[in-house]
Amino acid sequence: MTPILEVRDLSRHFGAIRAVDGVSFRLAPGEMLALIGPNGAGKSTCFDMLMGQTDPTSGQVLLDGRDISGWPARRVWRAGVGRTFQVTATYGSMRVVENVQTALMSHHRRSFAAWPRFRRLYRDEAMALLEQVGMADQAGRPAAVLAYGDLKRLDLAMALAHGPRLLLMDEPTAGMAPAERAALMELTAGIVARQGMAVLFTEHDMEAVFGHAHRVLVLNRGEIIADGPPEAIRADARVQEVYLGGGAEALAAEARDG
Amino acid sequence: MGLILAQLLTGLANAGALFMVASGLSLIFGVTRIVNFAHGSFYMLGAYVGYSLMQVLPGAVGFWGAILLSGLVVGLIGALVEVIVLRRVYAAPELFQLVATFGVILVVQDLALAIWGPTDLLGPRAPGLRGVVRVMGEPVPQYDLALIAITPVVALALWYLIARTRVGVLVRAATQDREMVAALGVNQRWLFTGTFFLGCALAGLGGALQLPKGGADLLMDFTILAQVFVVVVIGGMGSLPGALLASVLISVLNVFGVSYLPQSTLVLMYVVMVAVLMWRPFGLLGRAEVAGELGQVGAPEEPIRPAGWPIRATVAAALAVLAALPFWGSPFSVVLATDILIFCLFAASLHMLIGLGGLVSFGHAAFWGGGAYVAALLVARLDVPMEVAMLAAPVGAGLAALAVGWIALRASGVYFAMLTLAFAQLLWSLVLQWGAVTGGDDGIVGVWPADWASGNTAYFYLALALSVGGILALRHMAHAPLGYALRAARDAPLRAEATGLHTRRLQLVAFALAGTLAGLAGGLFVFSKGSVFPNELEISRSFDALIVVFLGGVKTLSGGWVGGAVFESAEDLLTRFAFWRLTLGLLIIAVVIVAPEGIVGAARGLARRAGLTRDADPAREDAR
Repeated sequence: MTPILEVRDLSRHFGAIRAVDGVSFRLAPGEMLALIGPNGAGKSTCFDMLMGQTDPTSGQVLLDGRDISGWPARRVWRAGVGRTFQVTATYGSMRVVENVQTALMSHHRRSFAAWPRFRRLYRDEAMALLEQVGMADQAGRPAAVLAYGDLKRLDLAMALAHGPRLLLMDEPTAGMAPAERAALMELTAGIVARQGMAVLFTEHDMEAVFGHAHRVLVLNRGEIIADGPPEAIRADARVQEVYLGGGAEALAAEARDG
Repeated sequence: MGLILAQLLTGLANAGALFMVASGLSLIFGVTRIVNFAHGSFYMLGAYVGYSLMQVLPGAVGFWGAILLSGLVVGLIGALVEVIVLRRVYAAPELFQLVATFGVILVVQDLALAIWGPTDLLGPRAPGLRGVVRVMGEPVPQYDLALIAITPVVALALWYLIARTRVGVLVRAATQDREMVAALGVNQRWLFTGTFFLGCALAGLGGALQLPKGGADLLMDFTILAQVFVVVVIGGMGSLPGALLASVLISVLNVFGVSYLPQSTLVLMYVVMVAVLMWRPFGLLGRAEVAGELGQVGAPEEPIRPAGWPIRATVAAALAVLAALPFWGSPFSVVLATDILIFCLFAASLHMLIGLGGLVSFGHAAFWGGGAYVAALLVARLDVPMEVAMLAAPVGAGLAALAVGWIALRASGVYFAMLTLAFAQLLWSLVLQWGAVTGGDDGIVGVWPADWASGNTAYFYLALALSVGGILALRHMAHAPLGYALRAARDAPLRAEATGLHTRRLQLVAFALAGTLAGLAGGLFVFSKGSVFPNELEISRSFDALIVVFLGGVKTLSGGWVGGAVFESAEDLLTRFAFWRLTLGLLIIAVVIVAPEGIVGAARGLARRAGLTRDADPAREDAR
């Protein structure tokens, strides 16, 4: 199958620091790919380059075979890529449903319209999206007062607003309680299975990674050191070395215990 | 050669006072993030206090002692102002504090008038330094040389304090990361008060030091303020070496400008400022400012909803009563209402920019005055009919806003504010100094409306229709996709971009729209007065609008026009009394302390407590 996303030899250098150095991988439709690595491995920089928030020093990002490297974030989004944020980014001065309506309005290219009443626009579509992430009952609440787990789900609903074929999730479960984490990953996996989109996510929570990823990429000091199915990664000696300084099977243990 | 050297020396001497005021402002901004608009007032106080002290203290020791003492006295006054006023509003939106400092400006102006009287005071000459020195045949005042010697000493002392002492370490740490310093257990209150003391003492010192050259007068505060802003912005906010560098640059530029380009000294200064900011948006030695949430700190803004029928009915009834004013009010009240309506439109246009866009512009008078001048020039110079001029005013102002916004929106936060201020000042200086076309200080007179609109009543209806129409259009926009997209770009710019919104283009549209409506208000203004003068483009006019917006309430939809109506009426009422500035200043400070959410915000809070309106969060509503 042709990949949705293909990354070729992607690098980003800040002066002498090679935050990301020659990263290449492919992502197929329907696939959930986890990008893991210790702090400072280059995950976030890699992510920002895919989403157009940082320009690569060299290398290419291909979406459906089209080179999108260096595109601004808004254009990447229009090309069919949605993202969620590590620290949730929602519009605090609006109600929950209005947050999603704003994303839909942008998708329908009406953000400069000064005449129609916003409240009536794409209300049903927005409610359907909120239904999908289980937030419909909170549609009328101001986003500023939501609990953190609910903000994450709202963030996800906004990322799904234009029916993306590729979803980028930056630490989707960061800052959540264990039970909520599992629920959010189940939710995401369900949506992916139904809609057949590809997902790339970074994550520190090993349960989320080994429970839901189809494939795992391990990044260390800006380079990919392992790429394979979760079982292979768990057994990989280099990965254990990087993560645990050689500490026995703690990685596997962590995955079991959460 | 000798002349050039002598001029260079004069420029360096002038740089002294400028540097002291600018470094004080920069220091205060660096640590407290307050843009202290009252800094010019402390400079003025320094001059007046120094003058009085010199009357009492004899001889050379008395002269220099008086200068040091004025620094101390002004520093203490500054610390007092910080404790009494500013300390209470640190929790309020960041730029709300500028409203408080504006109140301080007004209070100081009237106090100085009451104590020292309206006549300009001639500063005493420095004992032992009354003569001139010949430098390559050119006369240079001895006092200038003394100033050139003193400035580096002050700069070095300041550098030592900041770079080598424990206090300095705290100041630098706070400039880098205020929260971290607070988390480390430093008493932030005393750090802020101390910084204010030091910053204001420097301003007072500068004011006293320039006494033998410039004396003391009641206009000093705004005159120096404009220059100090230029210096601080060119040098970089919060950077002391930057302040020194820019002070010298601007002072020398001014001296040479006076000799070689006397018609465009002011223009030159602002052209340099705009050029530097376009090249380096954070100033020569400034650091990139993390885009602050200007005006948006504090409790989250509530979601907006269209007004319910009780409010609509009330507004409709009030409008009907207002429209009938010529039938029940005095002729004077009709004129006053016209003024208020026009000012409300101006305020509402800035309120949209700040409230929806989160874009705090310090130079909105450029488009108000710009619109007024476009209309006046067309009528006075080209004999264009009023109807066309009235259309050209918003169009001209809107195009100007498009150009200014295109450049200014490259920066954000305080630097965006400073860029807009720079452009407004550039326009003001152009109008002031291009006398052949604009009439300069004499303004343009004899700009009267067409026959059908020339009566007070007829013009009132014109102003009513256009102002209310403009304000309603702005309100409609807030409920339209454009309004929501603007708030999205303000609330979470990264999220907005990551969902396809072109945030900068949205902001440019908002900026141009605000400029257009300010221009319309300016056009209405010029025909109601029959004349326009450069003061419509001054900093203080931009400040008027800002204060109105903050007093009305940024986080509400009606804050702009409500604030405008209250402010304009209060000013009209107060200006009939002596010392009205004092009263207005105290009133502003009182509102800032008592109702930091603004008039509309406070009213909403009261209505909610009284059970008249519902809570914004239905979940909380259910729980009750």
